[in-house]
Amino acid sequence: MGELRLMKGNEALAEAAIRAGTDGYFGYPITPQSEVIEYLMAEKPHERTGMVVLQAESEVASINMLYGGGGTGKKVMTSSSSPGISLMQEGLSYMAGGEIPCIVANIVRGGPGLGDIQPAQSDYFQSVKGGGHGDYRLPVLAPASVQEMSDFVPIAYELAFKYRTPVLIVSDGLIGQMMEKVELFDQMPRLTDEEINEKYPWGTNGKPKGQERRILTSLDLDPHKLEKHNFKLQEKYRTIEENEVQYELIDCEDAEYIIVAYGSSARISQKAVQLAREEGIKVGILRPITLWPFPKNAIDELVVGGVKGFLSVEMSAGQMVEDVKLTVRERTKVDHFGRYGGVIHSPEEVLEALKSKIIGG
Amino acid sequence: MSDIAIVDIIKPENLVYEKTKLMTDKTLSYCPGCGHGTAHRLMMEVVGELGQENDTVGVAPVGCSVLAYEFMNVDMQEAAHGRAPAVATAIKRLWPGKMVFTYQGDGDLAAIGTAETIHACNRGEQIVIVFINNGIYGMTGGQMAPTTLPQMKTSTSPYGRDIQTMGNPLKITELVAQLPGTYYVTRQSVQSPAAARKAKRAIKKAFQNQLDGKPGLSFVEIVSNCNSGWKMEPVQSNEWMEENMFPYYQLGDIKVDGKLL
Amino acid sequence: MTEEIIIAGFGGQGVLSMGKILAYSGIMQDQEVSWFPAYGPEMRGGTANVTVIVSDDRISSPTLTAYDTAVILNQQSMDKFEETVKPGGVLIYDPNGISKHPTRKDIKIYTIEGAKIAAEMGNTKIFNMVVLGGYLKVKPIVKLENVIKGLKKSLHERYHKLIPLNEDAITMGMKNVVEA
Repeated sequence: MGELRLMKGNEALAEAAIRAGTDGYFGYPITPQSEVIEYLMAEKPHERTGMVVLQAESEVASINMLYGGGGTGKKVMTSSSSPGISLMQEGLSYMAGGEIPCIVANIVRGGPGLGDIQPAQSDYFQSVKGGGHGDYRLPVLAPASVQEMSDFVPIAYELAFKYRTPVLIVSDGLIGQMMEKVELFDQMPRLTDEEINEKYPWGTNGKPKGQERRILTSLDLDPHKLEKHNFKLQEKYRTIEENEVQYELIDCEDAEYIIVAYGSSARISQKAVQLAREEGIKVGILRPITLWPFPKNAIDELVVGGVKGFLSVEMSAGQMVEDVKLTVRERTKVDHFGRYGGVIHSPEEVLEALKSKIIGG
Repeated sequence: MSDIAIVDIIKPENLVYEKTKLMTDKTLSYCPGCGHGTAHRLMMEVVGELGQENDTVGVAPVGCSVLAYEFMNVDMQEAAHGRAPAVATAIKRLWPGKMVFTYQGDGDLAAIGTAETIHACNRGEQIVIVFINNGIYGMTGGQMAPTTLPQMKTSTSPYGRDIQTMGNPLKITELVAQLPGTYYVTRQSVQSPAAARKAKRAIKKAFQNQLDGKPGLSFVEIVSNCNSGWKMEPVQSNEWMEENMFPYYQLGDIKVDGKLL
Repeated sequence: MTEEIIIAGFGGQGVLSMGKILAYSGIMQDQEVSWFPAYGPEMRGGTANVTVIVSDDRISSPTLTAYDTAVILNQQSMDKFEETVKPGGVLIYDPNGISKHPTRKDIKIYTIEGAKIAAEMGNTKIFNMVVLGGYLKVKPIVKLENVIKGLKKSLHERYHKLIPLNEDAITMGMKNVVEA
């Protein structure tokens, strides 16, 4: 068993970054995720593993530091919250185009604009539909506990390097700020420069002797070549959709109704399910762990299995519900419930919405 | 003359000029007469002379030299507009043993990327920044740059740059020289063999600083022409540059070994 | 067993750290725990509160609208949280500074003179430990030995010399909590 600690989600993410063998963290403070860089600075990871931690001048600089560092084959990571993540969209688009691996954690807060600093899930569209300009997708992991804030870091690196893509960890202020018991995984070694060159020959870290130099770019002025590059990217996204979907089914065996919820909303909905079942309502939860690729097949199976209705519970005005609807295709009832702008819905409100919008609606 | 064959002339002992080894065979995309090609060449000569061919990573900008990575035959990354110093910062921090440089124009470095430029300089990142200042946006068709001179005509200042409404030309090189994080700051030009030789010495000094682990960033501005954007013949543009650009952007070292001159 | 608690009072009263020690104590006896503070603007203006859940099972929602126990340390919190105690639940409060005392009849109400006892012990900083002691007397969800282990985990080593004082404060709290 690994080391047990009581940690904030943000701290667990930071500790996991060190333990996952991150080479460089580049970030900029923003509430509610500043604990990530604060924790890293206090931990002196340079002494622990040789990891570089740098406070950049902006989120724009942070993401471009990831471009530079990730482009050399190193494991790089940043974290921010919604407004900062918006600033990073340009860089993420370039990294998708240049096929550069990295982890970007978004501890989502209420929006739009400066919004507030309370928990929200209103960055779903931005996360799963691309976010920046151009045709691209990013794998998105949605932790629902402090434990997963830690566990998902090495998983995200694995995906990032397997597919040469940025990977998002999308959490929110609730999971970032709360403390839970977390079992930390053991320290993984950082790769040596030689190992990096062996594993990632595309890394631009100095032309290998007697070999061609490497170029990292998202530019191709020839539209036919760029289209070909896009074909390759789309093929990659199809492979990810086929192989990397992750989700959890909670109390779904006998469920007549399904709540689709991720992250904090999945936790709150579990309480709603408890309350519902005390009243004899058979309801379960489908929790997407990957928001993209979205667990379409799981939803499809539930529809085929005769589920009478789906309620998408999100701290947003209704974003993920569109993906649920695209999958259900009007074969059964689908609706959305969620508080937003930083308001966290209560389990009682979720239950009430289930009754009014799905069961009796 | 006619009885001397070409094969008799092309002999190693007659060699006076050769293609820079660290430039690719790709035809330069720059306009004839432009200074970019010379600047590329000088940099690649320096990298070769310092024996750093296999230990250099360059970062290309957005602008006319967006394709610099096609010509410089070392490992290269193409950065988003203005972000090259941030990109280079991470490369150098994660590979401290490698030589890292950015190559940026005036729009990239002194407008959209001002924050990244100032902060990389202020942190004293051990990188080299080569800054080409031709006072105009060449790639997009001759619009006003932050370094466009007062009264200078561009497509977005068609009646001349009015400093009352369009601001003053930015002497960003003097600005970064004030920061404690810069170790070497100089302004050069490449319009003549003599100027190019001098510029090469400056570029070499900048790279040597990095190689020697000198504390701070080395910043080389090259005031250059843009005959297309300025709508002049190449020779004329160089004369115009000497008459108009050099008085405003005075050539020479500004900071050496961490000390302002 | 699942115990859902809200601890609420002024910032500086040790509300968050009391919750943290309780959560750590739960970990020491292999329970699941969660600790979620009100953060940001809610904290400004001097109020602080934290939701702590200690359970034998996986914890569902870390935020709640109804609690098994409310530990209330100022009037604003009394106004806000008295009504959130589940019927049959527990409300523990320090009467110091409370002008409108709780009136609910369907819950058990206790008082603990935390501020007074801490002052008598010569260290107002152990106020929250006195209150914790009072809570643990009423709801012995964690063993005292595990609280001490939790203290060791959550306090920096340079404060470990203060653990005996904290233990005394908890004991004093246990002795002095009374039904209102």
